[in-house]
Amino acid sequence: MLAAALIGAVMLLILGANPLTGYAALVDGAFGGTKNLANSALKAMPLLLVGAGITVAFRTGVINIGGEGQIIVGAIFSTLLVLAVPDVPRFLLVPLAFLFGALGGAVWGGMAGALKSYAGVNEILSTIMLNIIAVQILNLLLRGPLMDPGEIERGSRIPHTERLSGNADLPILPGGTRLHLGVVVAVLMAVACYVLLFRTTQGLRLRASGHNPFASLYAGMSVKRNVVLAFMYSGAMCGMAGVTLVFGSEGHRLATDGGATTFTGAAGFNGIVAALFGGLHPLWTIPASFLFGALLVGANAMQRAVQVPAALILALNGLVVVFVVGSMQARARLGRTAARLRAEARESPADTEAPDPDAAAEAPP
Amino acid sequence: MSDFFTVSVLLATLAAGIRLATPFLLAALGETLGQRSGVLNLGVEGVMLLGAYGAYYATLRTESVLLGIVIGLAVGGAMGIVYGVVTLALKAEQGISGIGIFIFGLGLSDLLFQKQVGTPTPIDGLGDLAIPVLGDLPWVGEVLFHQNVLVYVAFLLVPAMWYLINRTPFGMNVRAVGETPEAADSLGVSVNRTRYITIFVGNALAGLAGASLALELGIFQQNLTNGHGFIAVALVYFGAWRPVGVMAGSMVFGLVSAMVLQWKTLGIVVGTTASIVGMFPAVLTILVLVLVSRRTGSPSALTRPFERGH
Amino acid sequence: MAPTTAGDLLLEMEGITKRFPGVVANEAVDFDVRRGEVHTLLGENGAGKSTLMKILYGLYHADEGEVRLSGKPVTINSPSDAIDRGIGMIHQHFMLVPTLTVAENVALGLPPIRRIRQDLGPVRERISELSDAYGLQVDPDAYIWQLAVGERQRVEIMKAIYRDVSLLILDEPTSVLTPAEVDDLFVTLRQMTDGGRGLVFISHKLHEVMALSDRITVLRGGRVTGRTMPSETSREQLAHMMVGREVQLAPTRLESKAAEARLKVKDLNVLGDRGTPAVTDFDLEVRSGEVVGIAGVSGNGQRELAEALAGLRPVVSGEVVMNGVETTDRTPKEIRRLGVSYIPEERMRDGAIGEFSVAENLILTDHDRPPISRRGLLDFKQIEDGCSDLVRRFTVKTPTLDTPTANLSGGNIQKLVIARELSGEPELLIASQPTRGVDIGAAEYIHTVLMDQRAGGTAILLISEDLDEVIGLSDRIAVMFEGRIMGTLDQEEATVQRLGLLMAGVSE
Repeated sequence: MLAAALIGAVMLLILGANPLTGYAALVDGAFGGTKNLANSALKAMPLLLVGAGITVAFRTGVINIGGEGQIIVGAIFSTLLVLAVPDVPRFLLVPLAFLFGALGGAVWGGMAGALKSYAGVNEILSTIMLNIIAVQILNLLLRGPLMDPGEIERGSRIPHTERLSGNADLPILPGGTRLHLGVVVAVLMAVACYVLLFRTTQGLRLRASGHNPFASLYAGMSVKRNVVLAFMYSGAMCGMAGVTLVFGSEGHRLATDGGATTFTGAAGFNGIVAALFGGLHPLWTIPASFLFGALLVGANAMQRAVQVPAALILALNGLVVVFVVGSMQARARLGRTAARLRAEARESPADTEAPDPDAAAEAPP
Repeated sequence: MSDFFTVSVLLATLAAGIRLATPFLLAALGETLGQRSGVLNLGVEGVMLLGAYGAYYATLRTESVLLGIVIGLAVGGAMGIVYGVVTLALKAEQGISGIGIFIFGLGLSDLLFQKQVGTPTPIDGLGDLAIPVLGDLPWVGEVLFHQNVLVYVAFLLVPAMWYLINRTPFGMNVRAVGETPEAADSLGVSVNRTRYITIFVGNALAGLAGASLALELGIFQQNLTNGHGFIAVALVYFGAWRPVGVMAGSMVFGLVSAMVLQWKTLGIVVGTTASIVGMFPAVLTILVLVLVSRRTGSPSALTRPFERGH
Repeated sequence: MAPTTAGDLLLEMEGITKRFPGVVANEAVDFDVRRGEVHTLLGENGAGKSTLMKILYGLYHADEGEVRLSGKPVTINSPSDAIDRGIGMIHQHFMLVPTLTVAENVALGLPPIRRIRQDLGPVRERISELSDAYGLQVDPDAYIWQLAVGERQRVEIMKAIYRDVSLLILDEPTSVLTPAEVDDLFVTLRQMTDGGRGLVFISHKLHEVMALSDRITVLRGGRVTGRTMPSETSREQLAHMMVGREVQLAPTRLESKAAEARLKVKDLNVLGDRGTPAVTDFDLEVRSGEVVGIAGVSGNGQRELAEALAGLRPVVSGEVVMNGVETTDRTPKEIRRLGVSYIPEERMRDGAIGEFSVAENLILTDHDRPPISRRGLLDFKQIEDGCSDLVRRFTVKTPTLDTPTANLSGGNIQKLVIARELSGEPELLIASQPTRGVDIGAAEYIHTVLMDQRAGGTAILLISEDLDEVIGLSDRIAVMFEGRIMGTLDQEEATVQRLGLLMAGVSE
């Protein structure tokens, strides 16, 4: 992280900006005052949902790069629901929207899982392709059947839906900020991922499949089924992120910028970064997501202050992934080797000059 | 649709198909070499984006296409050194660090473009280079021998890469290192040196692939490659780690892209149908991956970092 | 033996010390090799013999000490350095590239004859010459994957002879060979020492050590605990030096009455990983209170047989009846529920999950049943109580129940697997290579546990490549060769010689 910050400073210098001014603006924009803090939390919310979901996939031994697509399909599912039944009361419609979003994400993620389990398709490649397909489906819907009738009337044809039913608006939390229910949902779901992984039978099976598929088969588990399930859980989390991005947005509608990341703000990728930075632990992903959400908010402030595009943060995030992964691996390996050697040395009983009480106790009667 | 089935349009589509196959082919050949030595690089997409931006920017500023090509290669090679250090020295997980390289390339190319160029400014890309005599052949000449220089380079690299892998001492080391690195190491073949070279060359080719895309289109924009690099990785599986197979796969994708483009120009697909057609390459990739999933013969040591004494 | 003179010494390692974080792997070890001799390095796993040889071969760097070759001090930083100085090593696992030919494998790492175009003509010729000189039949153009295990071993020797090594390290070179192939190998090795080469032989098979060695150095806990010669010692003494106490080489077998059949296999056919037949027309019966041993050289269908019985590999045809239930199309879980336990051959691949804690591995097969799992949630109180009990009963040595399993020694991981497999009081136990790679103490313990199970009425199918183990534990021994049973011997009539012939495919 420190290294990435330093590289970022160098990049700012090269781009002709004062790194101190830039970082000052970034920190102030992210953490300065209640409003900025709330904005950081809002930005962190989809990252947390995506990231916590991704820890489930990672721990099952599969890499889910399909967050983008799963967010989009989740958003589409929930939007279709709200368009179909706009008059359902709010206390029902909001949970239903989350449910449908989760369902959409699970379907899209489950496809990658099924392709992996039953057709042997590398999940990284399939999820990337499913992302591209989801973007095209979104464009198709927003330029076609889902386009705001008002846009067609005016002839401006901006690709977005009408303002969706107010009954589906995520309730604003008390306290005078823009924080809404989505933030609470995100934290609760991250905790749910933790419980799933480490407290349930299902979670034990998922982690077993991830670490050692052979031993899992031997113990009577279905690794293929576990992979599909992990992708569905992970996808459902992304789908809920999609719900928060539509029904928690200022426009309260499904939209696209026409580019590759549509309305997601690359949350599908940034969530991976947060999950890795959180050590692939759902609970640590909570602060990690907040940090990266803050970075994204701060980057916008920095862009205004020193005219360096916020894409800088995406580039730095890439570096964080590369180096966090690198150092994690190196540490884990060193630890394992040393521990095993110690165990074997303990095993091989030493001479009397170097007594080892454990080794003595070890000898069977 | 009948507009499409005329000789001149079909020939133009074929020629365009070969041209559009070039970025796939260059990137996939580079990836093939890396994978044969046991290194999976999922960062091709990011390297392509950086190579594309480098080539575009150099050409925009100097109006020299040649310099653009050189910069594309150099940017790719530089990323190769980075990826080499990360996967060989730090022994990072290759799948995830590749994604990191992708995100880095996506962000950095966008950042530099916004900061240095801002508004999309077209450049004069690669012109066609007609080959004497062959270029005059009817039909064949038009399709094969009125292409830009990178097209010729890419297709000549196919036999060259085959020769390198299968007929040279270095190629034997590459195959050994990709299959059983312990055996190579025990005989004094440096596993990591071999892999540094393949990663460097592979990434340079990915950079060149990006350059060929930018110079072909004469433009740069955010996420210009839109999946080209990932498809190139899939093509290595499709081609069963052989240059000729990779070439065949690249042609399929080039032709599909050319067809889609041609349909759009002819107005056969418009509006929402354009979105459907836009899914073709991605859907095709998934289908291809399903088809080749039973494929055996992947290098045994693929994605496995080498560590002595284990 | 001729008296030592300094000129005779090919290799001297003096005061070698190597430390890893928290452990001393070699402590002031002295070791030397003379021209024309086989010097054996004997010791248990973790005793430091591999570390010492890895230092010699440039894979590790010693913290202290000196290495001299022909009297001159040298530093060896990599395998290339070792090769340049005439040191060769034959590793425990073949160091061959399966997708390359024999000639390519031999040429690998040598300076190329032509820089650009690969030219292997001279390599092929030289291989043929050496083949004749040493009686090592190998086809230079065959791909390694086409070769049988014995042939692969010949390619390894060929690589060393081709490089004209003066000192050759052999790390457990006989583990995959039949007794006859071992004899052939020893003839070749003697030919090599007659030519003035020095050999370091690493083995834990005491009878081989006695047969081949000129001198023996025993390591324990990183230090030299004995130096001797075959003429001055015995297998029992060697074992004592290795372990540091009296060891019982053969387990005690009490009389036991075999009762009803727990496993019946009839006309079983199973395919291997490449889709070729691995187990052919196989018949077998194991009764309660009886141990049936399956002997054979590795790769003759034993692994596939065990996997098919455990439900991990599809059965092509035939019948398997366990406890009266036909199981050929049952899942691994259903088979386990019939009271069948399985100790797999590769414990770190199939038997345990390295990253999981000791407790998690102990509940791996019962994780979804009460009392461990209630309404989908894990009951941690139950897990802790049950696992503490198992760890105590089976003397699994671990700092805590939460310790990652990969941090335990091989012997303790095997005890963990056995603890789990025996915790459910199985009626049928399939045990594959239960003591491979574990130290003698753990092996002794495991043998005792298996004998206790037999006495308690468990039917045991013991698959092992260790002939001493098979003969020592089994009531009946079936020998597998190319997927078939070559013959079945009762315990009283089984000898290494008779089993060896059957293992080589010679029926009586």
